[in-house]
Amino acid sequence: MSSVGIVSYGTYIPKFRIKAEEIAKVWGEDADSIKSGLGVLQKSVPDLDEDTATISVEASREAIKRAKIDPKKIGAIFVGSESHPYAVKPTATIVGDAIGCGNFFHAADYEFACKAGTAGIQTCIAMVKSGMIEYGLAIGADTSQSAPGDPLEYSASAGGTAFIIGKSPIAEVEATLSFTSDTPDFWRREGQPYPSHGGRFTGTPAYFRHVYTAGEKIMRENGYKPEDFDYAVFHQPNGKFPVRVARMLGFRSEQIEQGLVVRKVGNTYSGSSVLGFSAILDVAKPGDKILLVSFGSGAGSDAFIFDITDRIEEFEREPKVWDKINRGVEVDYSVYLKLRRKIKMK
Amino acid sequence: MIAVEKVAIIGVGQSEFGELWDKGFREIVLKAGIEAIEDAGLEGKEIEAMYIGNMSGGRYLAQEHISALIADYSGLAELGTPSTRIEGADASGGLALRQAYLAVASGIHDIVIAAGAEKVTDVASEMTTDIMASSADREWEGFVGATIPALFALMAKLHFERYGTTSEDLAMVSVKNHKNGVLNPKAQFRREIRVEDVLNSPLVAEPLHLLDCAPLSDGASAVILANEKIAREYTDNPVFIRACTQASDYLAVQNRRDITTMESVRKASSLAYRMAKISPEDVDVVEIHDSFTIAEIMAYEDLGFVEKGKGAELIREGITELTGPLPVNPSGGLKACGHAIGATGIRQAVEITLQLRGMAGKRQVDCETGLSLNIGGTGATAVVTVYGVR
Amino acid sequence: MMLPRFWRKIKYRYDIVGTVCETCGSKYYPPRNFCPICRRKSKMKEVNFGDKGEVVSYTVVHDTPEEYRMMKPYIVALIKLDGGPTITSQVVCDESEIHIGMRVKKAFRKYFEDGEDGIIYYGTKFVPES
Repeated sequence: MSSVGIVSYGTYIPKFRIKAEEIAKVWGEDADSIKSGLGVLQKSVPDLDEDTATISVEASREAIKRAKIDPKKIGAIFVGSESHPYAVKPTATIVGDAIGCGNFFHAADYEFACKAGTAGIQTCIAMVKSGMIEYGLAIGADTSQSAPGDPLEYSASAGGTAFIIGKSPIAEVEATLSFTSDTPDFWRREGQPYPSHGGRFTGTPAYFRHVYTAGEKIMRENGYKPEDFDYAVFHQPNGKFPVRVARMLGFRSEQIEQGLVVRKVGNTYSGSSVLGFSAILDVAKPGDKILLVSFGSGAGSDAFIFDITDRIEEFEREPKVWDKINRGVEVDYSVYLKLRRKIKMK
Repeated sequence: MIAVEKVAIIGVGQSEFGELWDKGFREIVLKAGIEAIEDAGLEGKEIEAMYIGNMSGGRYLAQEHISALIADYSGLAELGTPSTRIEGADASGGLALRQAYLAVASGIHDIVIAAGAEKVTDVASEMTTDIMASSADREWEGFVGATIPALFALMAKLHFERYGTTSEDLAMVSVKNHKNGVLNPKAQFRREIRVEDVLNSPLVAEPLHLLDCAPLSDGASAVILANEKIAREYTDNPVFIRACTQASDYLAVQNRRDITTMESVRKASSLAYRMAKISPEDVDVVEIHDSFTIAEIMAYEDLGFVEKGKGAELIREGITELTGPLPVNPSGGLKACGHAIGATGIRQAVEITLQLRGMAGKRQVDCETGLSLNIGGTGATAVVTVYGVR
Repeated sequence: MMLPRFWRKIKYRYDIVGTVCETCGSKYYPPRNFCPICRRKSKMKEVNFGDKGEVVSYTVVHDTPEEYRMMKPYIVALIKLDGGPTITSQVVCDESEIHIGMRVKKAFRKYFEDGEDGIIYYGTKFVPES
C-alpha cells in the first residue's frame, strides 16, 4: 500500500529586503528593542510586478521541475493566501494555465489567514487517498500588507511554497488534525486595505491556544513525545511566538532552529510555516520525523506528522531555502513604500 | 514592371507643421490642397482621383472615412471624385504617393492629387504617443512595454555594439537637420542646436535622447501628379517620378533577419534604382525618414550610399550636410520640420520637387536627381521614390 | 479593455509556447497559424521553447506608456532563446547588470493591469540566469 504525502516542494522568495532599522528610523522607534522584542531582523519585499499569483507560479514550477512529473497529472490546485490578486477570480486558475496542467483539474482558492496553505495540503491528501486524483498541488503564498507605522510593518512579508501531494512521497503524512474556533484575533473586513488586530489578544487566546492544542493532541493521539521528533516547525508571525510555543510543547531550540525562517525573511503569512517546513526538507534525512503546526487567525491550526522516506536522497533540493533567504537586495523605506503601493497615487 | 505613362509632379502645397491649436484637421488639409492646386495652375475640377495618407483619423479625431471627409470639404465630393485613404503608419503619405503614381502610370487617370494629413494634438499627449505606438506589433511588442523609441533604441544599441556608431554620431544627425530647418520657413523648429544639447536632453529609451526623436506634429501636404503630356501643358519644369517602389518586412523587430538593417528599405531602393536606371552615386539630394536619428544612419547604409555599418562615417565627414556632396534632409527632416505622420511622405515629395525646380530658397542644393524614403513604424513598410528633372 | 484578445493568448504568454513548422523546421514565437516560408505547405505544431536565452540587444525605457509609469525605468530586450526564436520581453535586473550577451531565464510576472478594477495582465519576463 503506497503511502501518501509530499512528492515534491518548491519555494519562491522575492529578492528585495528591508531591515528593521530602516523602518524604525522612519517611525522614531528603537531598532534594537524592536529586533529583540519581535525577533525579526529583516523581511522580504515583493517587486512591483510580483504578487501572490506570480509567486505561486514560480514556486509551483520549481516543485514540478523537481518532481519530474508531467504537469497534466496534477488533478487539483488549491492556492491559500490572504492577498489573492482578485477577491473574486481564483489564483488557482492563473497557476493552472501557467504550469500547463491542462483544463481537467479541481481548483479553488482558500482563505484562512496564515493557514490557508496547509488547509490545501489536507484537502489534497484526502483527494489522493480517496483515489480522486493522482497528484494535487497545494500552495501557500502571500504578499501581505501592513498599515504604515503599525508593528506588523516589521514582519508582514512576501513569499510562497508549493507542495505536490501524491503517492510514493519523500515525506509521508503519518497523521493530520485541525483545531478551529471563532476567535477574532486578527481580521480584515471586505474592502479594507489593511488588517486590524487585537493587540495582545493575538497571543494566548489565539496563537498559543490553537497551536498548543493541535500540537499536543496530535502527539498524544499518535503516541509520540517531543523527543521522538527530529524537527518541529510552527507558524511564525514573529521570532518570539514559535520559540515560546515550542518550549510549551516540550521541544528544544535545536529542533526548531532549521525551520525558524521568520528572523531573516519576515512572516510570509500563508507561506510562513510551510516555508519553514521547506527549509527543514532541504536538510532532512530518511527516517526523520517532523511536526508541523500552522496557525491562521480567525482562528485555527493544522497539525501534521511527517516521516521522511528514502526517496528524499534522489530528490533535487538545490537551491536551498536558507540560500534564497540570504540572497537579497536591500531597499530603503521610500522604495519600500513605492513597492508596497502605500503611496496614494492619482 | 513597365509604366505606360511617365508621371510628373506639377503642383505642391503644404500647411505649417507644428502644434496647430487653432486649426482643425479639415482646415489644414484644405490649405495644403489649395496651395498645390494653385501651384499647378489648375481650377480643381481637373483632378480625377484623390489619394489621402492618414494614419489614424479614427483615434486622433474619432473620425473614420477620412477619404470622404476630405473629398467633401475640398469640394470634390460635389463632383463625385473618387477618394481613397491609405494607411501604413507613418508611411501613409508615401503609400498615398505610390497609389497616385500607379493611377497615372497605368494610364487610367491623367491628373490626380496625393495628400497626407494628420492632426495629433486634439488628444492628450499620452494618447498621441500610444496611437503612434500602434504602428508596431501591439500584441507582442506594445504589450511588453516596447515603445516605438524603445524599438529603435534596440537597433541603435546593436549598431553601436557591432559597428562602433556612437551617441555623438546620432546627435550630429539631429544638429544637421536643425541647422537645415532654420532655412525652411515651414519647419516646426527653426533654431540650431549643438551636440551637447542632444546628449544632455532627457533619455527616452537608451541610448536615444529626447532630441534624437522627431516630434509628432499636426500638418498636411499635397502634390498633384499628371502624365507627361498633361504636365507639359501646365508647367515648364515638371519634376518626374522616375520610380516609386514599396516593400514590406516582418512587423515585429524581433523577426527581422538583422535588426540593424531595414530589409524593406533595401528591397524598395534596389528596385527603385533599377527602375530609374540609376545607381546610388547618381542621387544628388535625399529626404530620409529620420523619425529617430538612428533611422537616418541606417538608411544611409540601406539606401546603398555606404556599406552596412559605415553610416556614421557620412555624418562624421559632413558628407550629408547641406553643403556636402550628398545633402540629406535639406528641409530639416522629420526632426526639424515636425513629423505629421501621414503627411510626412508627401512633405518629402514636396521638398524634393522644390529642390529639383530650383525653388528651395536658402536651402537650395545643386541637383538633378532626388530620392525620398518614407518608413512605416519600425521598418515594416518602406516607400522609395526617385525624382528627376527629365 | 482587451479581454478576449488577451485571453486567447494566455497559454502563449504565461509560458514560452510557440509553434514550429514541421515542413521546414522554422520556429516561431509568438505562435503563427501559418509559416511565412512555406505558406500553404505549412504544418504548424505547438512547442514550448524552454526557459533560457541570451540578450541580443536591450534598452532602458525612461519615457514610459501610462500603464508602466510606476515601473520607470524598465528594461526591454530582444532575447534569443536557446530554443530558437527571438522574443521581445522585459528583463528584471539592475541597469548596471544588463549587457548584450547576458544569460537570462524566464520568470512569471505581472505586466500591467486595467486600472484598479480591471483585469491583471500576466506574462513572461526574464531575470539573470545566475
